[in-house]
Amino acid sequence: MRCDDLSGRLGDVASGSLVLDDADRLHVDQCLRCQAELVQYRRLLRTLRALRTEVFDPAPGVLADVLAGIEELGERRAVRSLLSGRRAAYVGGIAAAAATAAAGGAIVIASRSRRRFPLAG
Amino acid sequence: MTRNLSAVQGSKTVMPDAMGELVVAAKAGDRSAFDELVRLTYADTYTLAFRLTADPEDACDVVQESYLRAYRGLKRFRGDAQFSTWLYRITSNCASTQLGRRARHRHDELDDDVALDELRPDANPEASLDSAVLRSRLQAALLSLPPRLRAVVVLRDVYDLPHESIASELGISVSAAKVRLHRARRRLREQLYPMPGEPLPIHLSAPAVTGRFDDLVDEGDARAV
Repeated sequence: MRCDDLSGRLGDVASGSLVLDDADRLHVDQCLRCQAELVQYRRLLRTLRALRTEVFDPAPGVLADVLAGIEELGERRAVRSLLSGRRAAYVGGIAAAAATAAAGGAIVIASRSRRRFPLAG
Repeated sequence: MTRNLSAVQGSKTVMPDAMGELVVAAKAGDRSAFDELVRLTYADTYTLAFRLTADPEDACDVVQESYLRAYRGLKRFRGDAQFSTWLYRITSNCASTQLGRRARHRHDELDDDVALDELRPDANPEASLDSAVLRSRLQAALLSLPPRLRAVVVLRDVYDLPHESIASELGISVSAAKVRLHRARRRLREQLYPMPGEPLPIHLSAPAVTGRFDDLVDEGDARAV
């Protein structure tokens, strides 16, 4: 039965996402049931789209709760960033101190080596 | 309970450029810019959350979670879509999570398809052509849909999200999203425009069984069916 076959696709036709082939279109042109269904889908989709312009009233306090949640999240993030900044500073300081110590050690070793093995001549 | 979008203080009509500037500022770390984005969009976000969850308390939780996620992920927002569209995607994802959580705690799936007698139009179908009446009946019909069908039809036909985004946010395949959309539209059409003398559709009288059947067909598991 062509009506039953078409029924599942008429919503897509009404939304514009499907174009029927010639044979199906011819059937719809001649079939009152399919035409009625198509019109119903078009009305349905138009009304669904119209819902987009309506808003429901949120309960009082929703906005304040959302803003408070974001503030809390922002503060946590700031503290974490501060801590990670300090950690980076500590690590950097330790690395710098280690590098300085290593360089100093290298100089001492080099100067001792020079004393122990004087150049010939 | 409902208002027109353009008349709402909480969802002031905002030029896209102004919204874009706020997004840029918020991405640069300006908290007050993000707060302003929240003020401009929260009523709209709540509306979507309520349409998806059909529960005011759940909708509030979804709104809260959506903005926290948006705040955390703002740096990842590339700006190739509108901020509101990006927010819809986050909201639908949060609503999907919330509904999953709710389904584990309550057995409200069994209540999804009940009390539809009042949705049937009266003897004269022409009377229902009045758009306000039709809208109100449609709102009720939407709320009566199972959440998995409601989510797809709301996101596609009300908020105009592409199938791919819907599938991605709901964690289903694109083909499953399309199947659900067909089914949701058919149910809404049947509820709003039943044929004269037509018995109630079978899914209205046997929700539990058809719910399971829907799940199987949804994911295209022909063998399971």
